[in-house]
Amino acid sequence: MDGKSILVYLEARDGRLRKPAIEALGVARRLARESGGDLNAVLLGGGAGSLASGLRGVRRVFVDESDLFGSFHLTETARVVAEAARQSQASAFLLAATAVGRELAGAVAADLRTCVAADAIAVSLEGGAITVKRPVYAGKAILTVRFRRLPAVITLRPNVFPPEEGGDGGAEVVGIKTPPPEPRARVVESVEPEARRQDLTEADIIVSGGRGLKGPENFVLLEKLAATLGAVVGASRAVCDAGWRPHSDQVGQTGKTVSPRLYIACGISGAIQHLAGMSSSKCIVAINKDPNAPIFQVADYGIVGDLFEVVPALDAELRKAGG
Amino acid sequence: MKIYVCVKRVPHTAARIRPAPGEGGFPSRSIQTDGIEFTISPYDEIALAEAVRLKEAAGAGEVTAVSLGDDSSAVILRAALAAGADAAIHLVAPLPAGLELDGYQVATALAGLLRERDFDLLLFGRLAVDDQSSQIGTMTARLLGVPSVAEVVKVEPRDGRVRFHHLIDGRVEVVDCGLPAAATARKGLAEPRYPSIKQILTAKKKPIETIAASIVEPVLEVVALEPPPPRRPGKIVGEGVAAVPELVRLLRQEAKVI
Repeated sequence: MDGKSILVYLEARDGRLRKPAIEALGVARRLARESGGDLNAVLLGGGAGSLASGLRGVRRVFVDESDLFGSFHLTETARVVAEAARQSQASAFLLAATAVGRELAGAVAADLRTCVAADAIAVSLEGGAITVKRPVYAGKAILTVRFRRLPAVITLRPNVFPPEEGGDGGAEVVGIKTPPPEPRARVVESVEPEARRQDLTEADIIVSGGRGLKGPENFVLLEKLAATLGAVVGASRAVCDAGWRPHSDQVGQTGKTVSPRLYIACGISGAIQHLAGMSSSKCIVAINKDPNAPIFQVADYGIVGDLFEVVPALDAELRKAGG
Repeated sequence: MKIYVCVKRVPHTAARIRPAPGEGGFPSRSIQTDGIEFTISPYDEIALAEAVRLKEAAGAGEVTAVSLGDDSSAVILRAALAAGADAAIHLVAPLPAGLELDGYQVATALAGLLRERDFDLLLFGRLAVDDQSSQIGTMTARLLGVPSVAEVVKVEPRDGRVRFHHLIDGRVEVVDCGLPAAATARKGLAEPRYPSIKQILTAKKKPIETIAASIVEPVLEVVALEPPPPRRPGKIVGEGVAAVPELVRLLRQEAKVI
């Protein structure tokens, strides 16, 4: 790789870098070190300047604090990033594969006339070429791709890479000229949720429910267990299609592909699409009445039993032991 | 309203995926396609259903389905016509298993066609469930210079413009766009419809325009396609409530995940 620098886009919220952004920063820093190039970053929105000046181990941070970036304006955000990529002669642009990251990556890649290697679970330099491993078919297979030319654009799957904030030396904060507003696409409403919930793809622990829950009202059992564990509640496709839970809760090939530290499947038999979406979890627990349910084939630990008894008992045991 | 919808032929989500044997000592770079049922990618199906709904709600317009792929993609276009598309364009390119072209090649080929066409709205699925790169919609729109919004859950045409509702950064944002505009569909935008026998028969009479795709040099080279790493064998801790204390002990002391 003869390009000289790596550029990373950092998503911030409430004056702090988001965890997937810190993970992306770690990968970008390692890639910069291995290729002998500089690491530069882009940070946008209110408070970006002070956040940028506190970053360690980053050479330059391109900053724009315009109100425009208080909501997600794709056109302008992509323009700023493409400009930063040009100014820093970036050979690779990295960002987290969040909703923002996925959308932004496609637009920036178009502007830079290159391709995105999406949802990477490994990034390396092999014989000088940037090589990426990424799940395809919802994780039923792993594809290894190599960039034949640069710049590379890579989105990184949240929860896979270690969040590493460290590094030596402060960053130089560089202002970047705000692009003219794109009149053909304006954000006219931005509704903050009443209670912000962690996205399933970024959750450390997921407690997930299937048809075995028998009805939407019974998800309260999972909500209680999730509260004890600091987990997020997910669901199977059958449950979301039945309207018991919103589609955004769905884990599986037509829902979210997740890699939490712990995935607890309750009353989920384990359709192939569901298994594809969660089998990269680090530890899987299955609770199901049917000892032949396919979910037990991917589970590290299984309990055969009635979830209506086992889940409350598990919650009580965790509380008792100070869980 | 003239709406173009891009649809991809993909393995059914219930399909078991096996890497094809590698050739000449190289690792596998593709999947075994024999015995696999192919369908329209589920999110593309949602985009198509929304296009048909928008046309019906407006009482006028035309829905054109576009598919990039080899001869087998014609089947997908027939299905799109049966599901309510008025016309179809088969952009012919070698894509038998679905991963042979990279996202930049696909987006430039689609943009090459669409640049010559007159449309108000361009719809895509949020991702194809085979390659899962989730870049084609945004990238194609960007190459065309058309504003786009991803992961859309609601489309509201109003006064010659359109409002897209989407989920981004944990919020719901509404983006007001001039036409033409592009969007990628998320689950919940529309319910796919299953065609009647009459629609299937009518679809057989609708024309499919065939055009050779213009394919640029690839940016990505496929090195290998492998099965995911096997999980280590698990164990049944026990039955019912009695197994709970042991499960908690294992999670704490063996797996060390809580």
